[in-house]
Amino acid sequence: MLAYIVRRILETIPALLIIITMTFFMCKYAPGGPFDSERATTPEIRKRLEAHYGLDDPVYVQYFRHLGQVLSGDFGPSYKYPSRTVNEIIAESLPNSVELGFYALLTALALGLTTGLIAAMFHNRFLDFAPMAIAMLGICLPTFVLGPLLILFFALQLGWFNVSGWGAASDRVLPALTLGIYYAAYVARLSRAGMLEILSQDFIRTARAKGVSELRILFKHALRGGSLPVVSFLGPAIAGLITGSFVVETIFQIPGLGRYFVTAAFNRDYTMVMGTVIFYASLIILLNLIVDIVVVWLNPKSRFE
Amino acid sequence: MEATPTPASHPEPNPKAAPEMAPIQFEEGSSLWKDAWRRLRKNRMAVVGAIILAILGTLCSLSPWISPYEYDATNLALGASPPSGDHWMGTDNLGRDLLTRCLYGGGISLLVGISATAVSLTIGVIYGATSAYIGGKVDSFMMRVVDILYALPFTIFVILLTVMFGRHIVLLFVAIGAVEWLTMARIVRSQTMSIKRMEFIEAALSLGLSKRRILLRHIIPNILGPIIVYATLTVPMVMLLEAFLSFLGLGVQPPMSSWGSLIKDGAEKMEEYPWLLLFPGGLFAMTLISLNFLGDGLRDAMDPRASKD
Repeated sequence: MLAYIVRRILETIPALLIIITMTFFMCKYAPGGPFDSERATTPEIRKRLEAHYGLDDPVYVQYFRHLGQVLSGDFGPSYKYPSRTVNEIIAESLPNSVELGFYALLTALALGLTTGLIAAMFHNRFLDFAPMAIAMLGICLPTFVLGPLLILFFALQLGWFNVSGWGAASDRVLPALTLGIYYAAYVARLSRAGMLEILSQDFIRTARAKGVSELRILFKHALRGGSLPVVSFLGPAIAGLITGSFVVETIFQIPGLGRYFVTAAFNRDYTMVMGTVIFYASLIILLNLIVDIVVVWLNPKSRFE
Repeated sequence: MEATPTPASHPEPNPKAAPEMAPIQFEEGSSLWKDAWRRLRKNRMAVVGAIILAILGTLCSLSPWISPYEYDATNLALGASPPSGDHWMGTDNLGRDLLTRCLYGGGISLLVGISATAVSLTIGVIYGATSAYIGGKVDSFMMRVVDILYALPFTIFVILLTVMFGRHIVLLFVAIGAVEWLTMARIVRSQTMSIKRMEFIEAALSLGLSKRRILLRHIIPNILGPIIVYATLTVPMVMLLEAFLSFLGLGVQPPMSSWGSLIKDGAEKMEEYPWLLLFPGGLFAMTLISLNFLGDGLRDAMDPRASKD
C-alpha cells in the first residue's frame, strides 16, 4: 500500500513537468503573439513590452525562469489585464467555481447513489427499468443542451429562478443541476452495477441465511464494496466537473475561473491560459491521486496487487 | 505495421475439426462474426440505434443535393420564422433554413467524430500492438508513458491546442484524435497480451510462422471485436468534445455549422426562437443515444461473457 502511494506520487512529477513544459513551448511558438491584438503597437513599444515581460531573453532562460516561478506558485501578470496577476484572478474567481462544483458533486452523489440503490434493490422490476432509462437520457444530454433547456423551462416559462447570475442563493440551483445531472446518471448506473455484483456474492448469501435484514445487508454489507466503482469514478468525474464548469459558467454567466479561462483562451491571453491550465492540471492530478489512494484503502483486495 | 486488415477474414482455427467421413454439413460452425451478428440483431435497441444512425448519416451526407436551400443562404426579408411548410424546422434570424443547417452541421459533426476516432484508432492500435509485441522493458516503459499521459486533463489540452494553432476543422479532429488514443492503446495491448499466451499462437509459432504474420493474421483479427466496440463508443465522446468546443466558440467557425455551434446559437436566442435550440439539441441527443445503444449492443454481441446482466 505504501509502495503504491509512493509510486503514484512519483508518477505525478513527470506529469506535472510535461504539463508545464508543453504549455510553455506551445505558448512560445504558437502563431500570434499576445501583443498583436486589435491595437497596432509600434516596434518601439513592442520592444519595451517584450523587455518588460522578459521575452527578449534566450528561450531556455525564459523556460527555467518560468519553471521556477510556477513551482513557487507564481503565474505572472495577465497580458490582457496588465494591472492584475494571474494569481489574483484565480484567487478571486476560484471560490465561485469551487462552490458550483461542490453543489454539483453533491447533486450527483445524492441523486445518483439513491437512484442506483433503489434500482439495485428492485432489480429487473419497474423501479429498476424506469430510473435507468432516465439515467441513459441524462448521460446523453450534454450540459450545453441541458442548461439552456432548464433555463427555458424553469426560468423563462415558470419563472422560478433567474435566467443567469450568481447573486441570490436560488441562483445556485440550475447551474448545479445542469452540471450535476450527467454525473448523477453515471453514478446511478455505476452504483447499481456495483451493488448487483456484490449482492450476488457468497458472503451476502451467508448473511441472508443468518437472517440479517435486507436493509442491513444493503447498507452494512454491500454498500462498501458496491460503492467502489463510484469512488473510482470520482477522479474522472472531478476532472469532468471542472471542464463542464466552463460551459455552465458561460451559460449562466457565473464569475468563476472557468469563464475566465474560456475568455482568456478566446483572447489568446497566454499567461492567463498557461496559468489556468497548469493550475487545473495540477488540481486534477492531485484529486486523482487522492481518489486512487482512497480506492485502494476501501478495497482490501487491491492492496495485494 | 498495417493495423486494419479486412474484418471479413476469420482465421481462428476451429478446434473441433469434423471427422472426414461426415456428409456435407449445411450448418457450418458459427464463426465469431456470425455469432456476434446474430446476437446484435436480437438487440432491439441496438438495431433501432443503427437504423437511426444510417438514416441520419445518409441525410446528412446527401444534404447538399436534396435540400432546396444552401446552408449559408440568408433571407433577411424572412428573418427568423417558426417551422412551416417551406421550412420544416423554421429559419434562424438571418433567414437561413434550419433543417439544411442541421443536416449540414450534422455532416460536420459526424465527420469530426469519425475522423477523430480513426486517428485515435490508428495511433492506439499501432502503439498498443507494438508495445505488447515487443514486450519486456520497452512494453513497461511504453505503458508507463500512457499512465502518465492519462493523468493529464485532455479537454483542457484540446482547448489549448485550438487556441494556439487556430480554429481549423482539420486541426480540430487531429487534436481530438491525438488525445483520445490512450484507452485504445491500453485495450489493444491487454488483448494482445492475453491472445499471445493462447495455444493456437504457440501452434502457429511451432509451425514456423513469422512474428509479423502471426500479429497480422492471428492476433489483430482476434482483437478486432473489442477495437470495434471501443471505436463505436469513442465516436459519441468525440462528437461531444467537438460540440463542447464549438459551443464555447473554440470549434467550428461560422459560416460553417456543427451541431455544437447550432446549439450555441440556439441557446443565445431561445427566449424568442426556441426552435433554434430544440431541433439541433434534439438531433444531437438522438444521435448520441443511438451511438451509445449501438456501442452497448456491439459490446454485448462481441463479448458473450460480458452480456450477462
